[in-house]
Amino acid sequence: MAKRVGMEVSIAAAEAVKQANVDVISAYPITPQTHIVEHLSELVANGELDAEFFCVESEHSALSVCVGAAATGARTFTCTSSQGLALMSEITYIASGLRLPMLMIISNRTLSSPLSIWNDHSDAMSIRDCGWIQFFVENGQEVYDHVFVAYRLGEDRNVLLPVIINMDGFILSHVIEPFELIEQGKIDQFLPPYQPVHRLHPDRPVTMGAFALPSIFAETKKAQEEAIRSSMPKILETWKAFGDMTGRYYHPVETYKAEDADTLLVTMGSCSETASVAVDKMREEGRSVGLVKIRLWRPFPFEDFKKATLHARQLVVIDRAVSVGACGPVAAEVKAALYGEAQRPSVYNFVAGISGRDVTPSDFMKMVDKAEIQIEEGNKEGYEIYGVRG
Amino acid sequence: MTKPESEWTWKELPVGNVILEPGNASQYRTGDWKTLKPVLNRELCIHCGLCYIFCPDMAYNLNEESFFIADLFYCKGCGICAKECPTGAISMVLEEEEK
Repeated sequence: MAKRVGMEVSIAAAEAVKQANVDVISAYPITPQTHIVEHLSELVANGELDAEFFCVESEHSALSVCVGAAATGARTFTCTSSQGLALMSEITYIASGLRLPMLMIISNRTLSSPLSIWNDHSDAMSIRDCGWIQFFVENGQEVYDHVFVAYRLGEDRNVLLPVIINMDGFILSHVIEPFELIEQGKIDQFLPPYQPVHRLHPDRPVTMGAFALPSIFAETKKAQEEAIRSSMPKILETWKAFGDMTGRYYHPVETYKAEDADTLLVTMGSCSETASVAVDKMREEGRSVGLVKIRLWRPFPFEDFKKATLHARQLVVIDRAVSVGACGPVAAEVKAALYGEAQRPSVYNFVAGISGRDVTPSDFMKMVDKAEIQIEEGNKEGYEIYGVRG
Repeated sequence: MTKPESEWTWKELPVGNVILEPGNASQYRTGDWKTLKPVLNRELCIHCGLCYIFCPDMAYNLNEESFFIADLFYCKGCGICAKECPTGAISMVLEEEEK
């Protein structure tokens, strides 16, 4: 096992971006993303990283610079949070439509209003349909690891898609965690230089970002949809190759004590670790509870999810964002995944931990208790915001 | 582009819908936007070329007889040429009626 070092997660993320040998970094500071770009700007200023660092005037420009740079064949990086992501949202759809690989780390933070700097997934959900491959990671090591996975995957000629790593703001971004860093030589082998299929170059002029008439627009969307759907085998292949290199294997849907469980908690992001503590406690009490963690949000791993959950009697889905007027976005996806099955578990949906409100192991236990009682009483598809006073 | 856009399947599109053939906007028939088309009265034309200069779509070309004639494949029927013509040689005529 490689030596472990203690490091703030944001700093480790920036170190990974350096090790991935990016050409262009463009970002605008916003809490809680700031430490990542701050550290990258230092690395560039110190000459430790040979890259162009663009100080832009907004997030809209930050991502636009990445799009332009990626169009010339550069390996690019940006990161943001919350309102910054909202301001970028227009360009997120353009990056994926143009099939430009790049990496964005989102240090997830609540969207206003009310103004809040703390963590939940409302920012990520606001661009859910932007066409990027989207991961939710659980801890710092996963952020570090997925930087390399993201570039190798996105730049694969059979994929050519931008990638988002969602990591919980503050809960991960500002916490010091142990890291197993990877030697540069191994990374250079794992991550070959980016070879674009088409790029902006005066020797061979092309047009990128042209308009499309109604007579061909649907075909362009179909092509994009097929690209992200068919990226699944490449995602698995990339994780496998990464696992073979480091011993850390990742999967679209991961389980913890779930195989024989009647009740399954379903989580995404860093709260999965807390939920696993709750599962341990409930198992000690002799209860049949397990945990299913969704790591890959887009493309949504419908088959893997069904395989992990169809045996259960009920799912307790924890959402960290509200789709106001509907239900939690994860629960909506989960229900869609299960709808076609004759025998399917009930889905009880809690919105919990919005705007950084702590969700402790005992909260998870209370949610499981409540869901089991409600389902027993016939409320099989309940939805509520957990812990609201009054 | 070897065939009209409306015949392309999604599988044939270049990655990212990149246009590999420079200048293929010339194959786009903007002419079917129009309801009025310019008709030149050659008796009144003084060959000044103002229609050619003002045409926002560069639809006008000089023909062999030294008349500037709008290419109806591109002409959107905006009427700027008729407005600018100093002798009133260009009139805008309903396309449908003309047929």
